Amino acid sequence: MPKVTVDGIELEVPAGATVLQACELAGKEIPRFCYHERLSIAGNCRMCLVEVAPGPPKPQASCALPAAEGQIIKTDSPMVKQAREGVMEFLLINHPLDCPICDQGGECDLQDQSVAYGRGTSRTHEHKRAVTEKYMGPLIKTAMTRCIHCTRCVRFSEEIAGVDEIGALYRGEAMQITTYLERAASHEMSANVIDLCPVGALTSRPYAFEARPWELKKTLSIDVSDACGANIRLDARGREVLRILPRINDDVNEEWISDKARFQVDGLTRRRLDKPWLRKNGKLVAATWDEAFAAIAKVKPGKSIAAVAGDMVDCETMFAAKALLGALGSDLLEGRQTGLDYDCSNLAAVSFNSTFSGIETADAVLIVGSHIRWEAPLVMPRLRKAVKRGAKLFVVGPEWETTVPTMFLGADLSVLDKLPKDVSDALSSAERPAVILGGAGLAKGALGAVVALSAKFKLVRDDWNGFNVLHMAASRMGGLMLGYAQQGGVADLIAAKPKLLLSLGADEVDYAKFADSIIVYVGHHGDKGAHAADVILPAAAFTEKAGTYVNTEGRVQFADKATFAPGDAREDWTILRALADALGVSVGFDSFDALRSAMIKAVPALGVEGLANYGALPKAGKSKASGTIEGYPIKDFYLTNPIARASETMQRCSAELLHGESFAEAAE
Amino acid sequence: MLSRGVHSLMADRHLEPVTADLRARWGAFAWTKENAAQAKVVIARYPAGRQRSAVMPLLDLAQRQVGAETDTQGWLPIPVMEFIARELDMPVIRVVEVASFYMMYNLVPVGKFHVQVCGTTPCMLRGSDDIMAACKARGMEIGHVSGDGLWTLNEVECMGNCASAPMVQINDDNFEDLTADRLGAVLDALAAGKAPKAGTQEPGRHTVEPLGGPTTLKQMVKANHDYRGDW
Repeated sequence: MPKVTVDGIELEVPAGATVLQACELAGKEIPRFCYHERLSIAGNCRMCLVEVAPGPPKPQASCALPAAEGQIIKTDSPMVKQAREGVMEFLLINHPLDCPICDQGGECDLQDQSVAYGRGTSRTHEHKRAVTEKYMGPLIKTAMTRCIHCTRCVRFSEEIAGVDEIGALYRGEAMQITTYLERAASHEMSANVIDLCPVGALTSRPYAFEARPWELKKTLSIDVSDACGANIRLDARGREVLRILPRINDDVNEEWISDKARFQVDGLTRRRLDKPWLRKNGKLVAATWDEAFAAIAKVKPGKSIAAVAGDMVDCETMFAAKALLGALGSDLLEGRQTGLDYDCSNLAAVSFNSTFSGIETADAVLIVGSHIRWEAPLVMPRLRKAVKRGAKLFVVGPEWETTVPTMFLGADLSVLDKLPKDVSDALSSAERPAVILGGAGLAKGALGAVVALSAKFKLVRDDWNGFNVLHMAASRMGGLMLGYAQQGGVADLIAAKPKLLLSLGADEVDYAKFADSIIVYVGHHGDKGAHAADVILPAAAFTEKAGTYVNTEGRVQFADKATFAPGDAREDWTILRALADALGVSVGFDSFDALRSAMIKAVPALGVEGLANYGALPKAGKSKASGTIEGYPIKDFYLTNPIARASETMQRCSAELLHGESFAEAAE
Repeated sequence: MLSRGVHSLMADRHLEPVTADLRARWGAFAWTKENAAQAKVVIARYPAGRQRSAVMPLLDLAQRQVGAETDTQGWLPIPVMEFIARELDMPVIRVVEVASFYMMYNLVPVGKFHVQVCGTTPCMLRGSDDIMAACKARGMEIGHVSGDGLWTLNEVECMGNCASAPMVQINDDNFEDLTADRLGAVLDALAAGKAPKAGTQEPGRHTVEPLGGPTTLKQMVKANHDYRGDW
C-alpha cells in the first residue's frame, strides 16, 4: 500500500495502482483519451501528463506510471498545465474542425477536454491530414480523419471481443485504423467501439445525424434482448426512442451491450400494433377496444383459460395475467414457449448461481449446450477473463468460435456420464469449477444429469457456487418465480384445450396446436403471435412501460418508462385490468402501484433490487443424459425477437454479417 | 490516401488491392524447401507459444521468396501475408500491421533493383538532390516500376551512412560517396548483370575512414594515447 501525495493530499493507494488511479482516488480529474479502465494500458495519447517527484524533471504519463511510496504528484502545477496545452495542440493539428457536422458533438471527449485544458488557439497553418473512409459494416460509421490514434477500438477488439478485427496500419502521422481489408466488423459486441471512441471517428451508422445529445430525454432501463439484463439508457426525443446506450454495472454488463440490444431500437417504430384487431371470417379487421373486449367476453371462458408469456414481458404484466387467470380459477401459466419442460420445482437449479462477475474467477468451466456468444453475449467477455487467468474451457455441443482455447467434447450428451480424464481431472482439481447449462442442453433433458455432475464434482462449496443455467429470455426467471411453468411445459396447456388462450407477446409458440382456442394476443409487434391471433390487443413495448425484470442470475432489476405506446396501444397491465372487467371478475388492483405491491406481497423477492435467494440446489437424482445436440436454439443472432425482426438495422446485419450479402458499395 | 502537398514517404504506402487475379497468382504461396527449413530455424529461436515473434524474419523470408519467383526485389501480396498468419497462428491484421509499419517491406510490386535514395540532411548537404535527379533522368519515377521492369525508385530517411554521404541503397547493398557519374556507373553495371563493388565509390577510400589521413586524434593512429593531460 504505497503512500503518495497528490496536490498536497496524502493518501494510501492499493498496491499496483497507477499514478492516474492515485490522482482519481484523491478526487483529481485527469484528462485522458487512450486510457480506459477496462482495456490494457497503451500510454500513447499523452494527455494524462502530471508532475511526479522523485523522477525526471519532466511531465510523466500518469496512466502508465506505477504509484510508488513517497511520490509527490502535482496535477495543477504550471508544468502540467503547459504540458496538457501542448498535447492538446498537437492532437488538434490534424483533427478537423467539423464539430458542427460531427455526431460526437456534445458528448465528445476531445471537445470537452480542449475546452477545459486546451489553449484555445492553434499556431499551425499547414494543411491538415486527411484519411479515406474505412468501411466497418452496417453499424459503425467512420470518419477516420477525426481519429486521434488512441487505439481503444483496436484494444477492445483484441482484448474484450477477442476477434482481432481492427488494427492500426502504417505508422506515425500516416497511421490508419481499419478492419482487415475493410471487412465489416462482425463480432456481436462490435458496436461498443462507438462508445469507446473518444472522438467522432467511430459513430453509430443507424443513428447518424438523428439528434444531439442535449435534445434527448434519458431514461434508465433494462435490456430485454437476452436474459443477461444489461443495464441500458434509453435516449428519447418526443415519442421516439432514438438510441440505446449501456450503463455501467460491474455486476451485470460492465459497460458493454450487445449490438442487438443497442440497435434493435429502430424496430420499436416499425410493424407496431397501434389499434385492436378482430378476426372476422378468417381476416383480421381493425376494431375498437370496446368491440375487442366484447368479443372476448362473448367467449365466456370460465376457468378454461390459459396464458403463455413471451420472452420480453415484465414481471408486472405476468403477475397481472396470473391474477386474472386466478380470479377465473385457472393456473395454466407457461412461459417456455418452445415446449421446454425442465423441472422448475427448485429455482436454484435453473439460475446462473456463480453470477456473471463470479464466473470470471472460475478455473474450470464446462459448457453444456450453449452458444454463449449468441445466447448471452455479455457472458463471453467474463469467460475470456477467466481463461486469461488460466481457466480451462470445455464445451459439449456443436462447435462454435469461442475466441479462447477450448476443448470440444462432441455433441453427444452421454459424454457427461463418462467425461474424458483430462476434463474430470480439471474439474476435480479446480478450486472454483463451474458448469453452464444452456438452452440446447435443457431441451435435451440434461438438467438432471448436470445436477448430478455438480454433486460429483462438488460445484457448490462454502464460498462458491459453480452451478449455472443460462437462459435466453428476459422474462424467464421472473416468469419462473411467478409460476409460469407447468410440469409438462406448453404441452400441458395444449392438452387442457383452453377456450381462451391469452398470449402475452408470445411469438415463438406453435399456435397451430391451439387451433380450437380463441387466441388473444396482447403485444406490441405484428409478428408471428399476431398473425395467429383471433383478437389483438395493442400493448406497450419494454421502452413504453415501467417494469421489473429478473435476469438469468436471478437479479431483480427495475426499468422505467421512456415514451408512450403508439396510437391506441396501452400498457399491458391496464389491458389485463380492463379485461378482468370484461370477464366480470376482480383482480384486486386499480393502479400500477397497487399491482406492484400485490406482486411483491405474493413474491417478496421481486421487490428487492439485486440477487434473489433461491436456496440450495436439489439433491442429485439418478439421471443420465442422452441424445445428441444437433444445433443451438438461436439460428440468427440478429433476429431473435419481434422488435429485432422489425428493425431494418438488424435485418441488414443478418443479411450482411450472417448471410454474406454485400452492401459495401452502398457505403459513403 | 493521405495528401500533404509535399511528397511524403509513409503517407504514400498502400496495400495492393486484393483482386481475383492477385489471389489466383499468390493464393497457393508456400515455402520452398530451403525456406521451409529456414522458417523452422527462425521460429525455433522463440519460446513455444511465442511463435508470432517470428513474424518479421518470416515476412522478410517471404518477400525474398516472392522476389526470387518474380526476379525482382520482392514484395508482400496480401495472400502471402495470410500465409504467414497461418504459419504463425496469428490474426492476419497483426501481420499487416507489422508489414505496413516498416518501409523495408514492400507492399506493392517493385523492380529487379529497388533504388532507395537517402534524402536526409547529411546526404542532402552532400548532394543527394543530384543523385535523385540522376535517377529520374534515367527514367525512374518515385514509387513506380520502370518500363523494363528493372528499377523502382524511392526516397528514404537516414540509412546511417552519413560519413560517406550521399548514398543509395539498392536491394541488399549500400553504394556511398556517390556523384551522379559514379551512380551512373553502378546502375549501368547492375543493368548489365554485373555485381558492382558495394560500399564507398571513392577511389582510394576503404570504408568511412577520413580522406587524406586523420585530422583529429592523430596521436592515436599508431598507439593508444591519453589526451586527458592536454585538456
